Amino acid sequence: MSTFLGYRRKNGSVGVRNHVLVLPSVMCANNVVDRIGRAVPEVVIVNHPTGCSQVGADFEQTKRTMAGFAANGNVAAVLVVGLGCETNESKALATEIAARGQRVEVIGIQECGGSTETIARGIEIARKLVGEAAAHERVPCDVSELIVGTECGGSDGFSGITANPALGHAADRLVGEGGTVILAEVPELVGAEHLLAERASPPVAAKLFELIERVEARARAMHVDMRYGNPTQGNIAGGLTTIEEKSLGAAYKGGSTELREVVEYAERPSSHGLVVMDTPGQDIEQLTGMIAGGAQVVVFTTGRGTPTGSPIAPVIKVATNTPMFERMRENMDVNAGAILDGSQTLEQVGDEIFSWIIEAANGRQPAAESLGFGDFAINRIGPSF
Amino acid sequence: MTFIAGQELSGHPTIPSAPAMPLSHDGAALRLKDDDDVAVILHPLEPGQAIRFGDTTIVAAAAIPSGHKIALRPIPCGALIRKYGQVIGRASEPIATGAHVHVHNVEGTRGRGDLAEAVP
Repeated sequence: MSTFLGYRRKNGSVGVRNHVLVLPSVMCANNVVDRIGRAVPEVVIVNHPTGCSQVGADFEQTKRTMAGFAANGNVAAVLVVGLGCETNESKALATEIAARGQRVEVIGIQECGGSTETIARGIEIARKLVGEAAAHERVPCDVSELIVGTECGGSDGFSGITANPALGHAADRLVGEGGTVILAEVPELVGAEHLLAERASPPVAAKLFELIERVEARARAMHVDMRYGNPTQGNIAGGLTTIEEKSLGAAYKGGSTELREVVEYAERPSSHGLVVMDTPGQDIEQLTGMIAGGAQVVVFTTGRGTPTGSPIAPVIKVATNTPMFERMRENMDVNAGAILDGSQTLEQVGDEIFSWIIEAANGRQPAAESLGFGDFAINRIGPSF
Repeated sequence: MTFIAGQELSGHPTIPSAPAMPLSHDGAALRLKDDDDVAVILHPLEPGQAIRFGDTTIVAAAAIPSGHKIALRPIPCGALIRKYGQVIGRASEPIATGAHVHVHNVEGTRGRGDLAEAVP
């Protein structure tokens, strides 16, 4: 069995990073959060355009995503910054984060008497949380405690031949050692769902088919051909013709083990093994949803090339082809194009990805992390009111 | 990996590092399953350039970029098209052997909300 040195949190979760996160509960606090982040460079921050005038399932999903993201094992402590009149009330969000066993503090701009005072108090609290986090130490953890998100973005005609099957090999190894692998981007499973359903119990298969139907129902309600947005123009330039073709290549990321569970966006899996999460194919919303669901490490395959990273989780980039790997070398970590070049087997590249996952869990920074890229976006499922 | 079931593909040359993937004789194209209607081009093809799988020679009818698909047999308008042994779409016009198979002659069969009946 593989082990790694991670952070064991009081709530039982395990982290591979030790971040202090400053999180706006509403977009109106973004600027204040930026200033706190500039003054205390040891923290990570996110900005987002959500948190107000949202209702129903859309609001619940936004709040669940923020709380799950803040409670990810990679985060040691959280400072929530609110405005004071927002739908996503900052103290209620902090209560939700605390209920997940996370260390959290909260301040509000209206209560503090303006932005300058809020920034000053925020800096003070952020420095205190950074000091507390420094006391956390890495301890031996089992690979079975890892949740690894899988993602493909900027796919091309080689994604389903090289990088995704190689990632599937790594996923099978991780599941074999008791870990959890999230396969997501449900619109990019349309046309491949029957292959996954063959590896699932009837209730899990039924839930998967329900998610697929939601996607196609949305396309019907909008009277659109999905192909106008997915596959994207870049996917099409790279040789992918239809969503079915893209999906059949994308599904290989999950490997070949039993599909154990289907979860909602940003919902933490209750099972180990292979899990499908209901996220859109849009890269950043997907990334955020998987990490909010507990993923500590993400492996991201790409044919066209993308710099995407997360503020709190290492994102390992796997190129599907050698020309792009060479062209965007600074953004890539693994070259699955070697499979087509004949210099490495699919299994060798899969083993390299598996090793990268363990090394990233131990603290090694993939390209997106060392470049300091921190993308964050919450999937909206309803309009603002 | 089950998707590259090698035993179905005996008699074809393969990528040296991935023995189950059937490669055309000059290494220019990859057919993922024996019965597939299309192969994936690995090195850009010029019009008139030939590739060969076993005894079958296919001549590219157009320039085909790498990562894109070439038709391995004639596909009638409306017929389903298979890659990975699975349906990837439907021919929107008759496709000749050697043609570039892409959005200009293939439509999706899924996510087609544009074909939904209008709700009054």
